[in-house]
Amino acid sequence: MREHEPPDEVRTSMLPDETMSQQTLVRVVAKMTIPFILVLGIYVILHGELGPGGGFQGGVILAAGFILYGMVFGADELRRRIPTVVFDIGMALGALLYAGTGLASLLAGGTFLDYGMLQPTHAGDGEALGMTLVEYGVGITVCSVMTTIYLMVSDPADSKVEG
Amino acid sequence: MVNQVLVLDVFLLLLVAATAIAVVTVRSLLSATILMGIYSLLMALVWSNMHALDVGFTEASVGAGISTILLLGALVLTKRFAKREPIIHVPALVICVVTGLLLIYGTADMPKFGDPNAPIHHLRVGQDPSKKSLLLQNVGKHPSAAPRDKGHAHEGHPDDDFNGHVPNTVTSLLAAYRGYDTMYETTVIFTAGLSMLLLLRRRRDDDEIREGRRS
Repeated sequence: MREHEPPDEVRTSMLPDETMSQQTLVRVVAKMTIPFILVLGIYVILHGELGPGGGFQGGVILAAGFILYGMVFGADELRRRIPTVVFDIGMALGALLYAGTGLASLLAGGTFLDYGMLQPTHAGDGEALGMTLVEYGVGITVCSVMTTIYLMVSDPADSKVEG
Repeated sequence: MVNQVLVLDVFLLLLVAATAIAVVTVRSLLSATILMGIYSLLMALVWSNMHALDVGFTEASVGAGISTILLLGALVLTKRFAKREPIIHVPALVICVVTGLLLIYGTADMPKFGDPNAPIHHLRVGQDPSKKSLLLQNVGKHPSAAPRDKGHAHEGHPDDDFNGHVPNTVTSLLAAYRGYDTMYETTVIFTAGLSMLLLLRRRRDDDEIREGRRS
């Protein structure tokens, strides 16, 4: 490991992100795998109530796709492609979707988070619908928060090198 | 006849132990981070071997995926090698060994893995009060809750609260039976993200303003 380290002056003059993006292999592999990672994440969120996984796991996989993009092409490139306001809204939207589903079943005449009341004639369908919505909410929040944490952690490095 | 599941478990757990020792001894922080990812992947295999697919899924995506990525991001900010320190720290070793032995002693009381006669399979909460049960309490749906779905009987769904519409038991437990719990977990994650924004984004804007004035 040690003998492959570049000399100090070379290391400080290069952004860590730049050294990554200059490696063609990393860029090509990232470009090829990111779509599949995103599709898998969406699949896991959408099938949360049917198979293993759910909102949390799917959200984490989605965020991993975004973060991989940010690590390979630079956090600023990720901010340019997806404005940070999208993640800010997503954080609140997911939590609101969860609480809103609970409130909807309350307004439909049940207790809080009694999903069966969403479709009182077919309570089983209501349960499935409510859990699906709740899983979407968890997925959106987790994905947004994880990506935001990455963007925040990667911030000081960028500003240090720029300044 | 050797129990194949047991053989696989022993093999995987030996690999897990070897990886854990390697994480502690290796000095390169990058290698330690990657080894932590390998550790999580091996643990995911152990969970899958125990048919705990959801736990394995979470371990793989959170432990091997996002933790490794966040640690790599943190690695950019620090040095690449750990300080040279003595590997064996006697008080820590004693505490770890004693805790481990206590945990192993505790498992002696537990039923065998997959035992069909384990208490959890025949002593259910709130069953027939004449039978012996672990906890006596009123469980089930609130009187005002939605009734069980009788509309899909022709589809052959089992007669549970979800009528088979939510086949993943873990999700139905987390989202319905423990709905409040999961909602506040989501709120905790939301609060963590919000705190990051409030603390760090403002600092970054301040830095930019200061640098703009200087230049």
